Amino acid sequence: MVKITALHKDHVRLGAKMVEFAGYEMPILYTSIKEEHEAVRTNVGVFDVSHMGEFYVFGKDATEFVDTLFTNNVSKLSRGDIAYGFMCDEEGGTIDDLLVYKYNASFYLLVINAANQAKDFEWINKQKKGRVTVVDKSKEYGQLALQGPKALDTLDRMCDNDLKRVKPFTFVECQIDGYEFLVSRTGYTGEDGFEIYGEPEDIKHLFNAFIDQGVVPCGLGARDTLRYEAALPLYGHELSKDISPVDAGMNFAIDFDKKHFLGKEALLENKANKKRRLVGLVLLEKSVPRANYPVYKGDMKVGHITTGYISPSKNVPLAMALIDKPHDKRGTHLEVGIRKKRIPAKVIKRKLLNYNPNQNEE
Amino acid sequence: MKTPKELYYQETHEWVKVDGDHAYIGISDFAQDELGEVVFIEMPEVEDQLSKDDEFATVESVKAASDLIAPISGVIIEINEDLEDSPELLNEDPYENWIVKIEIEDKSELEGLMDSDAYQKMTSE
Repeated sequence: MVKITALHKDHVRLGAKMVEFAGYEMPILYTSIKEEHEAVRTNVGVFDVSHMGEFYVFGKDATEFVDTLFTNNVSKLSRGDIAYGFMCDEEGGTIDDLLVYKYNASFYLLVINAANQAKDFEWINKQKKGRVTVVDKSKEYGQLALQGPKALDTLDRMCDNDLKRVKPFTFVECQIDGYEFLVSRTGYTGEDGFEIYGEPEDIKHLFNAFIDQGVVPCGLGARDTLRYEAALPLYGHELSKDISPVDAGMNFAIDFDKKHFLGKEALLENKANKKRRLVGLVLLEKSVPRANYPVYKGDMKVGHITTGYISPSKNVPLAMALIDKPHDKRGTHLEVGIRKKRIPAKVIKRKLLNYNPNQNEE
Repeated sequence: MKTPKELYYQETHEWVKVDGDHAYIGISDFAQDELGEVVFIEMPEVEDQLSKDDEFATVESVKAASDLIAPISGVIIEINEDLEDSPELLNEDPYENWIVKIEIEDKSELEGLMDSDAYQKMTSE
């Protein structure tokens, strides 16, 4: 049975085109992916991301337990801090990428991918040690992402807290329009913004309040083009059981100084002997690169596209690709196999949003 | 959804407009709506020989790539170059903006295609 979020009727009313994603019927777009993308880059847009999973991990040993599961370091966080990182298996394969919210040393909120919810819950419970309780609270949470340069102004006007003081990767609990929400300065678009958690019915109310204020509703289509331009990974594309966070260039979210975490030895080995790397590619002829298209150097396959589009911001075909060393160096000329053709491409910085065609990257 | 009367259609949402010995081939209103914003069309070349059921072009939207299937056989005599610069024209008017023009090889192949009523019925189901 396909699941729906509390906002399903609102999406339909707003004319959304609905698709199935991770077991949920979700809006892929309302009017146009390009327009929604543009709204977030230049103004403000709102996404229903109620499909995301939320787990509580609490108990006397919660900090130690989360630090065993998670590549980043939660013992270093203060109350109200958020860390991005990964759960890995002993081989360094990625189980999921997630955000960890620290309420205090014995209480954490984990926000995980909808598609991985059952697998993550099973994995966490299998690793359980000491005095900790793990509860799947996903059904009790709705979530919105309010994203774009005008997100702060929009939300600050409606909220009892001073949101300017909520720094990136921190959160507060506050009242908006009389309802209680968790508001975090995070997002998945490369723009400033907030992710807002609350009871599903309250989230529905807030979504409509945003729409009434002229915030542009945005679907999963724009969410994907926005996150890809900002080099933010999507599980199943840039990260997977076979793609470690080291391969994906995510070392900033791995604390190798931590005494122990699951997968540490494998990831250290991976880091010392890197075989491949996630890079950016620009196609030098017009075409559309898409996930899993092969990338060649001469006759040799040296990798594959993980996500690609004609970038809505840059209007040229740009992709993220996982490329074997030593073909991952910036300026390297490669070819992408698109149907029967080979399209010439060049390695660029992974943050596609910074791509400048006039810059000589050789 | 618009389905002009004078055209022939096939299940994979291409249309054919006959003009004497020539035919224009494009995609239907239903197809452009399903695809969403078209960003690129990989065109065949003039003088390419099409056989019925060949994949002859690819329409790429933001979301997906969709291969076009030749509804009838013939030789390509023209491609719509306007679409190379402005692929979004396919969304604006998919019937005005044909994709290729061919010289029809065998007019009897048209009999295997749907008329607008049959096509409309198929897409509204």
